[in-house]
Amino acid sequence: MTALLEVKNLRVEFPTRRGTLVALDDVSFDIAPGEILGVVGESGAGKSLTGAAIIGLLDPPGRVASGEIRFQGRRIDNLPYEQMRRMRGKHIGAIFQDPLTSLNPLFTVGRQLVETIRTHLPLDAAQARQRAIELLKETGIPAAEARIDQYPHQFSGGMRQRVVIALALAGNPQLIVADEPTTALDVSIQAQIISLLKRLCKEHGAAVMLVTHDMGVIAETCDRVAVMYAGRVAEIGPVNDVIHAPAHPYTAGLMGSIPAMDLDRERLLQIDGAMPRLNAIPPGCAFNPRCPKAFGRCREERPDLLEAGATRAACWLHDRSVAAVAGGAR
Amino acid sequence: MKSALRRFFDGDLWYSFRRSPTAMVAAVVAFTCIFCALFAELVAPHNPMDLATLELADSRLPPAWLPEGSSKYLLGTDDQGRDILSALMYGSRISLLVGVASVLVSLAVGVSLGLLAGFVGGKTDAFIMRLCDVMLSFPSILVALLIDGIGRAVFPNAHEGLAFAVLIVAISLTGWVQYARTVRGSTLVERNKEYVQAARVIGVPTLRIMRRHVLPNVTGPVMVLATIQVASAILIEATLSFLGVGVPPTSPSLGTLIRVGNDLLFSGEWWITLYPGAMLVMIALSVNLLGDWLRDALNPKLR
Amino acid sequence: MNVLVEVRDLVKTFDVSAPWLNRVIERKPRQQVHAVDGVSFSIERGTTLALVGESGCGKSTVARLLVGLQAPTAGEVHFGHKNIALTLASQEAAALRRRMQMIFQDPFASLNPRWKVQQIVAEPLTEHGLITDRAQLKAKVGELLQSVGLASGDMEKFPHQFSGGQRQRISIARALATEPEFLVCDEPTSALDVSVQAQVLNIMKDLQRSRGLTYLFISHNLAVVRHVSDQVGVMYLGRVVELAPKAELFARPRHPYTRMLLDAIPDIAMSGRARTPVQGEVPNPLSPPSGCSFHPRCPHANERCKLERPALLSLNGIQVACHAVAEGRI
Repeated sequence: MTALLEVKNLRVEFPTRRGTLVALDDVSFDIAPGEILGVVGESGAGKSLTGAAIIGLLDPPGRVASGEIRFQGRRIDNLPYEQMRRMRGKHIGAIFQDPLTSLNPLFTVGRQLVETIRTHLPLDAAQARQRAIELLKETGIPAAEARIDQYPHQFSGGMRQRVVIALALAGNPQLIVADEPTTALDVSIQAQIISLLKRLCKEHGAAVMLVTHDMGVIAETCDRVAVMYAGRVAEIGPVNDVIHAPAHPYTAGLMGSIPAMDLDRERLLQIDGAMPRLNAIPPGCAFNPRCPKAFGRCREERPDLLEAGATRAACWLHDRSVAAVAGGAR
Repeated sequence: MKSALRRFFDGDLWYSFRRSPTAMVAAVVAFTCIFCALFAELVAPHNPMDLATLELADSRLPPAWLPEGSSKYLLGTDDQGRDILSALMYGSRISLLVGVASVLVSLAVGVSLGLLAGFVGGKTDAFIMRLCDVMLSFPSILVALLIDGIGRAVFPNAHEGLAFAVLIVAISLTGWVQYARTVRGSTLVERNKEYVQAARVIGVPTLRIMRRHVLPNVTGPVMVLATIQVASAILIEATLSFLGVGVPPTSPSLGTLIRVGNDLLFSGEWWITLYPGAMLVMIALSVNLLGDWLRDALNPKLR
Repeated sequence: MNVLVEVRDLVKTFDVSAPWLNRVIERKPRQQVHAVDGVSFSIERGTTLALVGESGCGKSTVARLLVGLQAPTAGEVHFGHKNIALTLASQEAAALRRRMQMIFQDPFASLNPRWKVQQIVAEPLTEHGLITDRAQLKAKVGELLQSVGLASGDMEKFPHQFSGGQRQRISIARALATEPEFLVCDEPTSALDVSVQAQVLNIMKDLQRSRGLTYLFISHNLAVVRHVSDQVGVMYLGRVVELAPKAELFARPRHPYTRMLLDAIPDIAMSGRARTPVQGEVPNPLSPPSGCSFHPRCPHANERCKLERPALLSLNGIQVACHAVAEGRI
């Protein structure tokens, strides 16, 4: 089965006056049609940038320096602006973090929906309005016929995010890139939005790339998850395996630091230090200064994504081709 | 001091300066004018203030490159034999001094009132803002004329120092409103930030919070304003001197020179007005350009 | 029973009416928001009370009332058996302020960007005149920084040179300068990454043990609350709906809102537990529902709930404000 989205060796750079910063370094992953892939990481890991690069909304001076992004087999990272614009909305939808700024406060919700629908589908004004009302109903907005003519400020935060989801689904895209869609919402609303997103995407057959820092949201929603660290993919695999049997020490540390609802621990597992800044990434494996299991090779060679049980992890601990593994030459 | 200098030259501001040809040219011009003005005694070829050195026979000479000119007076002389070039330098000194002094007074008044309005809020804020609105509804020249007129009426035989003081006060009163409003806006933002609340929890008294915590953080945009306002203060002073109600006649500024030249314009001695006018434009323009560059360089959104 | 902090019937109302001119011309009524609407609890020395709730529930306002940043509209706050409103107005205000301090949510705004770290941490000491000798001051600042896991040399740097987690630690160091007994922590880790959060929470717990500190911990994250607290108070629209020891609250939540909140937390363990679908959103605080403010969203609401506000009743060692619980219906 051909992948819907293929990201191959993506490298995103930011030329600054103090040198070039590599924000994404050789990132590769695939998304199958209808699949929900989570991209999780802490601030500065590059997860939002990955989403931006895919939609084609990288802020200059950031640019794709090398690598490919293929959508349904066609390269999209080097498309001219006009073609990319048509891709967006029709094939790739986007949901951003802040529902307040995602909607234009000057236009009614209905007008924004109709505009998006008519840009991508050959419908006349009345049909588009009907479709807009249906979309609003699907996303659970009560009294959709009346509310379609209201302005964004008349909706609450959770309702606005539902409108944004409706907008993203308006053109029937095959892929939705959602960047922290629930971070700005209250816990109870988060739960509603997550289940809505999951249900609608399954119904419309859309794949989702869900970017977030919240492991709980990933656990609830995704089929597979990619863990990012310092602009690289540290581990990628089915969500159950990554969370319960992490192969990469960073993933293990991350899972250990999350306070769990079912366990009572005196101290949380702590990863000492902090994620390196983009201009100070150590040689070899980016995680090696903080890794409890680092050995000689980790400091010299950067690991590729290696098979590690059910997942793939960028960690030399899983290199079967070498006889001595853990506890090797320090 | 050394580490602060090092930090400055390492920083974004200096980098932005080096990449902006306009800013560099404007800086060179501005500093040359300021240098000549401050060290006029050393730089100027003659001393037009010293009546003993004036020779009436040399009056109304055109600039050196014209047929009747003399290389002794590069830009010509006025009706009393004063060398225009030297008069320019001495005159700019007066203009600059008055301009900078007025801006400093405006700053002091405006920033204090803005801080007070923003931090204390309530009726104090409302009162100060209404005061600003009232001040803005008067054209600045008229305000300056009014204060000046009152000053002359109250101190009819004022000596030079007092006349200057009145003039500086008059000009500063036209300019403080901008600082007050800008600082008030920034203060309103900073007041709600957690570091101010942390200081209140510690028990630091309000005035000290305003002075030591908020003030250093609201001065950024004020610096830009002040730079641009120096130019406008100089122009206001020039206008007042041109109208005859500015600096005392014993210390002619550029405006006075323009007035003197204006009377002689129709008899064909154009250089007496032109060169002071050109100097005024150069100073004002270079300072304005520097201020513009500073504002863009300090704007985080444009970086 | 060594109660350090006691709060009785605390009320804080904000006047959010339109300006006088608008009210006269447009005939708008005066509008009040009851941010805190009758809150009572007590905290024992050396323990942590966590206040949890969604946005608009008033927990941050309670935090500010407790430290004296704002004065209550009604009700009393007692610290060490003395009413703080009276103490703060008297000569003993400074002594009281030394005994209680606050840590804020935003690590980037809690430190003055123009001051060096040394000045920031030393401010409480210089303000209260506790140490005047410069060498001693420097030594004390160094000691405080080390106690939160930073280096003594960091005092020469500026805040922007530190990461979010480090800045939060500097805030903690500043709060500890006067050796307070009580710390109010307003969402101290909400803006931090998960692994950094783990570091900060561990430090806070260590400090509590070594210095016998009492904490009021405000958060919207129930998992974090479960990790740090001894007692938990759940707030909704300015009122405390449930107050119980931690183990009780998480094992057997009584109030329907508490149950809803616990259900809404994304389940990392993915134990597949059945979830009650969550209804509605937090109502507008300007026009709260009558009677029990939760009744529009409550699956157990009856007529009495719409008319009568439930009081906080004691029940087997916990306190709940719910008619259904009091009547034994749930």
